[in-house]
Amino acid sequence: MGRPSPREASSKRSPCKYVGALAMTEQIADCSLAEPQPSGQLALNIMHFARALRAAGLPIGPGAVHVAIEAVELASLTHREDVRTALHATLVSRHEHTILFEQAFAAFWRRRGYLEKLMAAMSSIATPQSQDARKPQAGASRVADALSGTRPNKTVEKSSELSAALMVSSQEKLAQKDFAQMSAAEVTEAIQLVSRLSLPHDAVRVRRQTADPRGVAIDPRRSFRKSLRAGGAGIELARRSPEEARPPIVALCDISGSMSDYTRVFLHFLHALTMRRRRVHSFLFGTRLTNVTRLLRAKDPDQALAACGAGVLDWAGGTRIGSSLHRFNKDWSRRVLGQGAIVVMFTDGLEREGLDELAREMDRLHRSSRRLIWANPLLRFAGFEAKAGGVRTMLAHVDEFRPIHNLARMSELCEALGPKSTAAVNPKSWLRASV
Amino acid sequence: MPVSLPASIDETLALLQRADYVGDRSLATALFLSLRMGRPLFLEGEVGVGKTEIAKVLARGLGRSLIRLQCYEGLDTASAVYEWNYAAQMMAIRLAEATGDTARDRLQQDIFSERYLMRRPLLQALEPNPAGAAVLLIDELDRADEAFEAYLLEVLSDFQITIPELGTVKAAEPPIVVITSNRTREIHDALRRRCLYHWVDYPDAEREARILSVKAPNASASLTRELVSFVQKLRREDLFKAPGVAETLDWAMALTELDAVALDPDVVGDTLGVLLKYQDDIAKIQGSKAQALIDEVRAEVVRGAAIAS
Repeated sequence: MGRPSPREASSKRSPCKYVGALAMTEQIADCSLAEPQPSGQLALNIMHFARALRAAGLPIGPGAVHVAIEAVELASLTHREDVRTALHATLVSRHEHTILFEQAFAAFWRRRGYLEKLMAAMSSIATPQSQDARKPQAGASRVADALSGTRPNKTVEKSSELSAALMVSSQEKLAQKDFAQMSAAEVTEAIQLVSRLSLPHDAVRVRRQTADPRGVAIDPRRSFRKSLRAGGAGIELARRSPEEARPPIVALCDISGSMSDYTRVFLHFLHALTMRRRRVHSFLFGTRLTNVTRLLRAKDPDQALAACGAGVLDWAGGTRIGSSLHRFNKDWSRRVLGQGAIVVMFTDGLEREGLDELAREMDRLHRSSRRLIWANPLLRFAGFEAKAGGVRTMLAHVDEFRPIHNLARMSELCEALGPKSTAAVNPKSWLRASV
Repeated sequence: MPVSLPASIDETLALLQRADYVGDRSLATALFLSLRMGRPLFLEGEVGVGKTEIAKVLARGLGRSLIRLQCYEGLDTASAVYEWNYAAQMMAIRLAEATGDTARDRLQQDIFSERYLMRRPLLQALEPNPAGAAVLLIDELDRADEAFEAYLLEVLSDFQITIPELGTVKAAEPPIVVITSNRTREIHDALRRRCLYHWVDYPDAEREARILSVKAPNASASLTRELVSFVQKLRREDLFKAPGVAETLDWAMALTELDAVALDPDVVGDTLGVLLKYQDDIAKIQGSKAQALIDEVRAEVVRGAAIAS
């Protein structure tokens, strides 16, 4: 920190900063206009504080700021701790945001009024500038693509008019081609096909009941209401049956160096999945585990992937599957596997150390998930044998073992997420084959 | 006896203490704000840290009735809000037929009257209560389906429920709502936004000792000190499920029943199942690790005694 910078010193001298900020308050929060403020400075500070938190990535709406001001006025200003709790209760709604809040609060309390400084400090955590810089970049390539008119899928559409057969065969060829051997243009095309993969309707019955004319159980409430319509002459029975819901999908994707050829396509796959299913949780791991579920919710795939890139620190490095799974089992499994989730692991299973830990954690993961599918790009090799220690360890604890090196295999995985599963992927057969 | 709402954070803290709940100031602040602002209090935390207890204590301390809605998968309006007593309704219709009394409007009014309405927790909580608005505890909301959460959102914003045959029931005085979640599923942001959030953490050693002295007064002071210190150290270990306050209390009672005056490896080994509920965790702690922890605890107690004298 050290001595104050010239900019900071000038802001200390001039009161104009508050004038500007006040104008902003009037725009954002009309409460400052509607009623005489009992503590105007306080309201202003809270608003600034909330904006700093928002810049750091906390989801805080304008409504929450009103509530926070009300709360702090109710909690008398005598205790610093009370103000902290009041702000925390109103501005934070997730435990994982508490650390961020604590840091911001400490900084804010120490140097109230130096919001620029605070914002700058916060931005180093969330890097909003760098995201801003990346956004046009991500969009730019697509804009350029669109303007030049040489987008790969455009050519496909054009050729479809000329020769449907040619298109089908070229797409077929693409579907069979290994992601690792594709050119940049082919990867782009593959990614577009990924977003169009058809997901199966894999509904499972839940305990909630829904109206169903062919249901077995009688719905007394609706039956009685229907009978009123006819004046109670007779009771026409309404029926119901258990509702169906799509179970959550939890994806654990290896982003270590050995998987780097596939990571991008897999992330696009996860993004497409996140966009089209309600409950998809995605985690990336190399040497540590990162939850990217929220990052992948951005509508634009480039933006979502850029956010993942900024949020994950261990790209294309080493891999520690055992310890990553340990973190998942301990911190997340109870939160995301609750409702009969299917777990899909994207990894090559090349783990050399800590096989005991890997076995233990795989066993726990297997026991806490409804179905555990392992998608391994290494299965592209015809002569693949489950010889490596890590692979053998993991195979003992999965329900299915599938290849995932090209589009055709990826669409098979989509089908596998559905109700029917095929025997060809039985992991036991791999273990037996390579004894 | 209905008690008026606390007027300050200190009073809220005193209210908790009167009802035998050893809470910290941040909880009292969140509680006070929730009472004053009329917003639901959303409590998250590990299993067994006393989330449900907070609502019970609040009801006891304020002299209000406690209405509890335990959530589970498949919870629907019929078991959460209201249901008609169909058997009684059918009987009433048959009786009316038998007596030849078939005036349509009157029959309809009779059949769908409050007499045949079975009130479930959410509806109960909206009804006027002589002791003042009830405390509504919505327990383990994460177990209910997402669809129910959306319905709850509607109820919690207006505090009114519409029954098509009867009309709208609106609370004259909104209930005091406490929602708890064990995080087996993420609760949607829209619901979180309407609530005040508080994370119930494991207590520190000093507070845990006070909890034990209130809830398990039979344990001797020296045993309590050792036991709390042991549990606090255990929580720092890399366990799948760290013991909560409820487990500490159970353990204190178990050790008292066994007439233990101090921790020793045999007693700890025999009773570890009270504290830890996963075989992996027990296997990790049992034996040398437990011995090491006990040694640490003893060294700490000796150090504490030296400082005191």
